[in-house]
Amino acid sequence: MTGKSYGTRLPGTPGGPAHGKLIVVEGSDGSGRTTEIELLKEWLEVEGHAVVDTGLRRSDLVSTEIDRAKQGHTLGATTMALLYAVDFADQLENKMIPALSAGSTVLADRYIYTLMARAIARGASRDWARKVYSFALRPDLVVFLDARPEILLHRSIGKYGSLDYWESGMDLSLSRDLFESFFLYQERLSKEFEWMATEYAFHSVDANRVPEQVHTDVQRLVAPLYAIDAGRIRPVKTTRRPVASG
Amino acid sequence: MISESPSPAHGFPGRLLVFEGLDGSGKSTQAALLGKWLQAQGYRVFFTEWNSSDLVSSVIRRGKKKGLLTPTTFSLLHAVDFADRFDRKILPPMRAGYVVVCDRYAYTAFVRDAARGCDPAWVRTIYSFAPRPDRIFYFRVPVGTTLRRKLASRLKINYYEAGMDLGLSDDVEESYRRFQTRLKREYERIAAADEFTIVDATRRVEEIQAALRAEMRPLLENFPTVARLTHDG
Repeated sequence: MTGKSYGTRLPGTPGGPAHGKLIVVEGSDGSGRTTEIELLKEWLEVEGHAVVDTGLRRSDLVSTEIDRAKQGHTLGATTMALLYAVDFADQLENKMIPALSAGSTVLADRYIYTLMARAIARGASRDWARKVYSFALRPDLVVFLDARPEILLHRSIGKYGSLDYWESGMDLSLSRDLFESFFLYQERLSKEFEWMATEYAFHSVDANRVPEQVHTDVQRLVAPLYAIDAGRIRPVKTTRRPVASG
Repeated sequence: MISESPSPAHGFPGRLLVFEGLDGSGKSTQAALLGKWLQAQGYRVFFTEWNSSDLVSSVIRRGKKKGLLTPTTFSLLHAVDFADRFDRKILPPMRAGYVVVCDRYAYTAFVRDAARGCDPAWVRTIYSFAPRPDRIFYFRVPVGTTLRRKLASRLKINYYEAGMDLGLSDDVEESYRRFQTRLKREYERIAAADEFTIVDATRRVEEIQAALRAEMRPLLENFPTVARLTHDG
C-alpha cells in the first residue's frame, strides 16, 4: 500500500507509507458482495492477516443525516452526492487510513466507484464526480462482481421480498413501475461501471455463479498481494443458496 | 490535474450580487441596506445569507465532540450545505428573474478551505455547480479592525471561526487573528482572477452604501422592475 490518492492530497493526515492493503469489492446490490466479503475476511484471517471491513454509509458523522434525507427525499442530487462524499471521507480518514497505517487489511464493501456511478446516474458529470473523489486512496485491488440484471433481480427479491426503492432508482422517475425502473437504473449503473473498468483497473469476476466459485476466483486475485501460494487457495462450503446471497 | 479556474457565468434572467469579506468587515450591514434600497426602487429582491444550517451545525457539534472532523470532511460538509441552499434559495429566484443578494457565496468556502489546507483546485471543482455571480463585492479591511469589532460586539468567538481546530494557538483571540489573516491572504490571492469589486471597508457606512448604489446603475440597466414586469404582463 503506497498511500497514494487519485490526485488530491488529504490535509492533516499522516502521509507516510501504510503497510496494510486496501481491497475493494464492488458490484451492484445482489451481486454477492456481502457473502464474498465474509468469505474473504475469514480466509485472510486464517492466513494470519488482520482485517477491518468497511462499507458505505456506516460512518458516525453523517449516517443519521443520510437516513433522514432518504426518508424525506428532500435533498437535491448534488447535495445528496456531497453528503455521501462527507460520509466516505470520514470513513477514509477515521477508519481506513488508521487501519492501513497499523498494517491491517481494509476490505471495503463498495468504494467511490458506486458513489460516483450513483451520482452520475442522477445527473452529475463524470468529470465532476471523479474530481470530487480524487482524494480517495488508490486500492491495491478492485474486484468487480459482475452479474446479469436478471440475476440481480432475483437476488434482490430474495433478499427484500421485493425490490428496494433506492436500488431501483425510483427517485429518478425513470418509470413509475418498480420492476421497469430497476432494469433502467441498473443499466445506467452498469454503463458507468464499464466506463470506470479500465480507468480504475477493475478485476471483473463472473458473479452469476454460486458463491464458492466466485470466491475461488477472488482468492486467485488476492493471493499475489500477500504472496500466498496458489496451493493454499481452499475451496469453501457455504450453506447459502446463490439466489439468497446478497 | 485540476485547475483553479472561475465558474462560467449563469444564463438566468436574474442578477446575482455577492458580498464577501472577513467576519466584521461590515458586508452584512451593507448587503441589507442595498437590498432594501433595490426593493424601494421597485426591483424584485431576494436576500439570502450563508450561515450554517441546522443540518451542518448538528453534524459539526457531533464531529467536534468526537474529534472526527478533518479539513476534508469540514469542507465537504459545508459544500452539502451550500448545494442545498443553492437549490432552494438561489436558483429559484434567479430563474424567476430576481435580484439575488447573497451575504457570502462559494468564495467563503474557497478561502476558508484553503486556509485549512485543502487543495484550492479541488474545492473549486466541488463548487463548480455554482455559477459566477454578476458582481462580487469584496470588503477589504485590516484583520485588526475586524478583531476589534468582534471583541466589541461581545459575541463569543466560536471554535471553528477562530480556526482552533488547526492548533495555531491555544489562545482563542490569537488563533482568531492568525486564522483571519490566512483568510484575508486567500481573499487577496484570488481577488484579481475572480474579478472582485474591491470595497474599501474602512470608510463610513453611508459612503460605502453610496458607492454600492452607484455600481448598480450599469448592472440593472433595462432590468425589469416589479411595475414593469406587471405591466408587460
